[in-house]
Amino acid sequence: MDRQITRQGPVPGADAATRDGAPLDPTGSARAAAGIATTRARGDASRLAALLVLVAVACALPLVLSNFRLFQFTQVFIYAIALLGLNILTGYNGQISLGHGAFYAVGAYTTAIMIDQWNVDYGWTIPVAGLVCFVAGFLFGIPALRLEGLYLALATFALALAVPQILKYFEHWTGGSQGIVLSKPDAPWSLPLSADQWLYFLTLAVLLLLFGLGWNLLRGRTGRAIVAIRDHPIAAEAMGINKALYKSLTFGVSAAYVGVAGALSALVIAFVAPDAFNVFLSITFLVGIVIGGLASVSGALWGALFIQFVPNWAQDISKAAPWAIYGVFLILFMYVMPRGIAGSLRLGWARLARARRGTRSER
Amino acid sequence: METFIQQVVSGLATGGIYGSVALALVMIYQATDVVNFAQGEMAMFSTYLAWTLLQAGLPYWAAFFLTVAISFAGGLLIERVIVRPVEQAPVLTIVIVCIGLLVILNSVAGWIYSYIQKPFPSPFPQTPIHAGAIVFGAHDIGVIAVTLVVLAFLYVFFRYTTLGLAMRAAAQNPISSRLVGIRVGWMLALGWALAAAIGAVAGMMVAPIVFLDPTMMSGILIYAFASATLGGFTSPGGAVLGGLLVGVTENLVGTYVPFIGTELKLTVALAMILVVLVVKPSGLFGRVVVRRV
Repeated sequence: MDRQITRQGPVPGADAATRDGAPLDPTGSARAAAGIATTRARGDASRLAALLVLVAVACALPLVLSNFRLFQFTQVFIYAIALLGLNILTGYNGQISLGHGAFYAVGAYTTAIMIDQWNVDYGWTIPVAGLVCFVAGFLFGIPALRLEGLYLALATFALALAVPQILKYFEHWTGGSQGIVLSKPDAPWSLPLSADQWLYFLTLAVLLLLFGLGWNLLRGRTGRAIVAIRDHPIAAEAMGINKALYKSLTFGVSAAYVGVAGALSALVIAFVAPDAFNVFLSITFLVGIVIGGLASVSGALWGALFIQFVPNWAQDISKAAPWAIYGVFLILFMYVMPRGIAGSLRLGWARLARARRGTRSER
Repeated sequence: METFIQQVVSGLATGGIYGSVALALVMIYQATDVVNFAQGEMAMFSTYLAWTLLQAGLPYWAAFFLTVAISFAGGLLIERVIVRPVEQAPVLTIVIVCIGLLVILNSVAGWIYSYIQKPFPSPFPQTPIHAGAIVFGAHDIGVIAVTLVVLAFLYVFFRYTTLGLAMRAAAQNPISSRLVGIRVGWMLALGWALAAAIGAVAGMMVAPIVFLDPTMMSGILIYAFASATLGGFTSPGGAVLGGLLVGVTENLVGTYVPFIGTELKLTVALAMILVVLVVKPSGLFGRVVVRRV
């Protein structure tokens, strides 16, 4: 199984590394560099515009959608945060995890226990959940340093399996299999929003913040180090990257993202129970990042849409065997887009741009 | 002392089952370099097939071997039709396809046969065997024997036949194998077929104990993972031994460590995986993979 990481070398998704590598091209004249800079600036501007439109649409959604649909979209945002976290680890750093459902559970329970046992204000529980998961992920990342590919996948799989049992065992805090029931927080500052709407905006805000942070982390020096460790660990170490530290830190950051997502889910669903955090959740996360696109920030959002809505569609198509339909969807997606939705979109854009440039130079 | 021996014996019995499923996992990993998450569901489906054949009035062993043959063909077909299109894709893509396969098989089995548990016959006598105060189930001994027979068959096949050698070569170095005339694609398909057949055997051995239902393999697959990890993913014999070890440890810890009991039994198996992975990642009998850089 060691081939996956090395073989994924030239993934179009290694965007941070390849894009920033472009200006260093030794043949590039100043003019070409300037040209690249303007295209990049134009690309960035159009991206920013697209982002603003998306945010505007997201803010307008509560006005037109029913409460249930709004709840579904809140879920999409929560999944997107978790998927970005897993993607940082698996897509960018090449460490496969089948156990991120465990960190999701830790985040959710941190929030639930803090509110239930100590009456802490819910707003504070979100960063605390992130912090707890960061420490847990960092600590788990240290033994994981010794493991690669299949073996890491198995170790994390074990983690995912153990968590529901452990949660049931510490009944005093976790409420055992009964779980903990919370109440949905009302909108603060007497905003004219329902609880569901307020949670939607809160999740959206956290999503934007974390995506911004993640994008910033991945595009710079740190991001290049993370990708370099995936593509060529020995060369990365020769360049002076502290592999052990970076890998365990990446594990920590990834877990923190998933933990925050877990905390938000506890607030939105207003209920936590051990059986919600089964192995299937971890596998769903993995499905999400691969379908969305490995090593891609936007892929997290695509993947989240897939894992939230496709099971529902499958249910609509066939009541008798919905999961069979879901499985067929999964396999077909992988045939058509082996690099995920974001990878295919990027490939499509690149082709379109090349075709355009081709016609221009003919003239 | 008697409790101790009794616990060891029943541990060996469950361990035999873990070992047989672990054997199928190791098989497919060795032949194709992929961990097949759908392995358990494939075994479950084969067992339903055997049940259908038995309902149709076939004698047990006829149904047994017919099921193994059909599963062999089914495994071949799955590789050719479903896995082959993504053969060149990154491994995570193949993993997702396997997960797709898992949910399809599970859902279709539930649809055709319903989720109600069905009894499944054992080919071995029902009467338990007494040795002093210790009781052996005949089925348990049968399971271990069948697993050992399958293991011996695999050993001979891989060690002494040209086809077995070709399969090993195809898995280890596909490019060189192709250069010496091995049809690598078909070797991969054969790996899936063999794994499906072994899975079918394992499924038919498990079903009399846990009853037949679409989720019967999920719990066992986890222990099989633990067994394969413990024994080493590159060693079929290690996988079987790992299965026995996991079975015995799980039973003994459950009996003698008071705060664990039956609730945390699974956690113990998982802790074992973690410890083995951290201390000796290639497992007790696995080959340490050395790579040239």
